[in-house]
Amino acid sequence: MAAIKTHANPFKPSLGSRLLWLGVLVYLIYAVVTLDIGWDRFILGLEQGGRLVDRLFPPNFNRWEILLSDLIESLQIAIIASVFGIVISLFVGLMAARNLMPNIISIPVRVFIALCRTFHPVIIAILFVKAVGFGALAGILTLIVASVGFIAKLFAEAIEEISFKQVEAIRATGASFASTILFGVLPQVFSRFIGFSIYQLDSNLRNSTMVGIVGAGGLGGTLFAAFQRFDYDFVTAILLTIIALILVGEALSNLVRRIFQ
Amino acid sequence: MSALEIRGLNHAYVASKPILHDINIAINEPGIIAIIGPSGTGKSTLLRCINRLIQPSSGSIIFQEADIARVQGRSLRELRRQIGMVFQEYNLVERLSVLENVLTGRLGYMSAWNAWRRKFKPEDIDRAFELLDFVGLSDFAMQRADSLSGGQRQRVGIARALMQAPRILLADEPTSSLDPKTSVEIMELLKTLATDRGIPTLVNIHDVNLARRYAQRMIGMSGGKVVYDGAPSGITDDHLKTIYGGESWLQ
Repeated sequence: MAAIKTHANPFKPSLGSRLLWLGVLVYLIYAVVTLDIGWDRFILGLEQGGRLVDRLFPPNFNRWEILLSDLIESLQIAIIASVFGIVISLFVGLMAARNLMPNIISIPVRVFIALCRTFHPVIIAILFVKAVGFGALAGILTLIVASVGFIAKLFAEAIEEISFKQVEAIRATGASFASTILFGVLPQVFSRFIGFSIYQLDSNLRNSTMVGIVGAGGLGGTLFAAFQRFDYDFVTAILLTIIALILVGEALSNLVRRIFQ
Repeated sequence: MSALEIRGLNHAYVASKPILHDINIAINEPGIIAIIGPSGTGKSTLLRCINRLIQPSSGSIIFQEADIARVQGRSLRELRRQIGMVFQEYNLVERLSVLENVLTGRLGYMSAWNAWRRKFKPEDIDRAFELLDFVGLSDFAMQRADSLSGGQRQRVGIARALMQAPRILLADEPTSSLDPKTSVEIMELLKTLATDRGIPTLVNIHDVNLARRYAQRMIGMSGGKVVYDGAPSGITDDHLKTIYGGESWLQ
């Protein structure tokens, strides 16, 4: 007898996907049970949290001189690291672009970028504090590495998406390699580079307040010390300062964006 | 001494599938030399070998007493800057202004550092405006290239090629992306250049009638070989059948 073709629910989930969902559910229950994070523990945590919030207010700005000098230091770390990071990324990104560079250059450079991305900035910051000592220099180096790891990769990808016809036309004029990059490649990717750079400046501003926690300069160190000494009202002051810093950064990036449009 | 002489040129992207077979062409005269032939027969490859955007597998291309197929680095760029090229899809740098696009024709004559700072020689800038005037686009100098229509872009492409002060001009399907009227205008422009300024101009072209109308010499290619080389009046239907295959399209 010939097989009768049926069309019963062509969208039926496969056995594999059902097993996967079941597996996720079972693991979730197991994990919650073994970590002992039941309802009681949650209520206990809430009470503690209430006491903390109580002590956070009102914010204490008595030590505003420390705050201001730390703020300036964080800002400087972020801006210096962004400028150097972006300039280095331009060259690194160019060398990592597979459509412009032979494998012998692009592969090692890609490995280098991957290495820069491997570790969280906190780990890199600890390494640099051990290597060059406490202070802003370690913070700057950390954020340069983080910037290269992030935007050099984006730069390279942007370059790989360009139209090669324009590059070919510039090459046909007898232009040198450098001129070909400047006139055939850069105009095509410039606005995206600006976007990435602004994003990185933003992200460096945030991270510059964090590297201080491990001693690499900026607001983070003071914040961490205030937590250790239970100066919770000062903590609030620092957090408000960081919020202000981020808002200023936001305004700054909007300004840059508008200028380059 | 020919302006350009191609001897025994062969090219294969993949060793087992040769594109160009033993091409021999000597160009001595100014004027339009039209290369006709079906798609995929190697017309574009041939033009790109002449300015070495493609490295030919073997053979030589004698231009200015040098073999383009063999030079490297600076000497290649110095030959290349004397060969203007016009592209099917114009290949303008879209984000740059029309004027900047025309001035890119001078990149082979200046350092990257000066080019980046837009330090073009005053006489180059004057010439760029002159050429824009010549192709009828002086009002568009400061507009971005991507704001232009196809015909206008091709005119900018021609001005860019002329900015190089080329000794020969290569045009790869310069009219294929344009409407019939604009195509004729572009061919007129190329014809004027080729005869009045005495620049030998090699034009790849699909439109046989357009080729007949403007060319003073036609080269027919089929299967990577030159199968006709002579006056446009000498091309018969038999030649066209050899070049394109079949005959139903002729009716």
